[in-house]
Amino acid sequence: MSGEPLVRWDWLFAHLGPIADRMGQHLYLAGIAVGLGFAISFALAALSIRRRRIYPLVTLLATAAYTIPSFALFAALVPVTGLTVLTAEIPLILYTFVLFVPNIVAGFDRVPWDVLDAADGMGFTRGQRWWRVELPLAVPLVVAGLRLASVSTIGLVTVSAILGDSLGGLGYYILDGYHRHFATEILVGGLLSIGLAVVADLGFVLLQRFLTPWASRRTEKARWT
Amino acid sequence: MDLIAATGGWLADPAHWQGPNGVPIRLFEHVGLSGVSLVLSALVALPLGLWIGHTGRFSWWIVGSANAWRALPSFAVIGLLVPFTTVLDANLGFTLYPTLIAMVVLAGPPILVNAYQGVAGVDRDLVEAARAMGMRERQILAGVEIPIALPVLATGLRSAAVQVIATATLGATFGFGGLGRLIVLGDANQDNGELFGGVVLVAALALATLGLFTLLERRLTSPGLSGRTAG
Repeated sequence: MSGEPLVRWDWLFAHLGPIADRMGQHLYLAGIAVGLGFAISFALAALSIRRRRIYPLVTLLATAAYTIPSFALFAALVPVTGLTVLTAEIPLILYTFVLFVPNIVAGFDRVPWDVLDAADGMGFTRGQRWWRVELPLAVPLVVAGLRLASVSTIGLVTVSAILGDSLGGLGYYILDGYHRHFATEILVGGLLSIGLAVVADLGFVLLQRFLTPWASRRTEKARWT
Repeated sequence: MDLIAATGGWLADPAHWQGPNGVPIRLFEHVGLSGVSLVLSALVALPLGLWIGHTGRFSWWIVGSANAWRALPSFAVIGLLVPFTTVLDANLGFTLYPTLIAMVVLAGPPILVNAYQGVAGVDRDLVEAARAMGMRERQILAGVEIPIALPVLATGLRSAAVQVIATATLGATFGFGGLGRLIVLGDANQDNGELFGGVVLVAALALATLGLFTLLERRLTSPGLSGRTAG
């Protein structure tokens, strides 16, 4: 990688279209994983809140899954599901559980009993109480989980580049640049994927301020096992 | 079922456990790189975290930057280092340094944040009592704060170790060896036995690290602390 400038601006400007496409794929892969991961985690958290005994088991399995390297899990799925979006999504979704479930459970756990009693006293049905009291009070920690999961998933999407050129989002440029000894490509892929993670993080901070205008400006500290 | 047989067959073959490309060498590379980066990271992060926790200085900085630091995707960090490390050394800068430096970066935040939180969370009355007894600041840190903060420190080390062992697998994509190399070669040679052998070994190593550090954490917790309920 010597004898030429670190950034070849001509290459960058000639590839704005494909770079935008890769960025779109990055957001698409991360979006599906965070969306489906959130939905499944919400169900797991709801189950854990009702049946308290299964909660340690859920967290144990989620932690064990998170421990398995993404690289190994992607590669292991290839003989089973092929070089498909599914192969990229299964690990990405699995890894969100350990970030979502504890935050959702903790969010609902810390709704005070007297607030629930007051809601019952005002004649709320169970559904009304959940929708209008419990959920809003749980929002800060739920959003804290969303921040962690979106940042982590956007980072992990880059690893799916090992599954071939058709996947990986911006990670494609990191790997391709490495193979071709081409610094500009690596910088584009690396810096833009970090940028996406930062923007997603800030986006969820703004979302939380919008959803809970009564809360203090201080953002919630997430649980991290 | 074919996959299980192929994996078992590959792992059971003694030929794969010897020579310069054998499993022991790959395991040594993997654990060696992880260990070195963990130690390098701890040498910086541990004293810094203890000092910030003890003095309370710059704690706003810790809280602010820890999450941002964690947002750095290792795959991108390893790649981004390549153009710069190759300037230092064309060979090692292309194979070893990017993964090594990225792992040092990865291990930093959990060690730093836990060292800070562990010491900052020590009951201030205890610290004041120690000070009133005439203990010097250094003695307070070594004799009171660190022993009480030890379980929290150990949790930070565990989390750093598990993340590094797991993430060092990525190094195989960027010229480094380690157990990830088995996965890369298995994939390239369409050898499912080698691929899954690598997957099994990497996952086992990560889980073993988790178990080992959890045991260490229990050993390090003073009996006076473990008797208490969480608090």
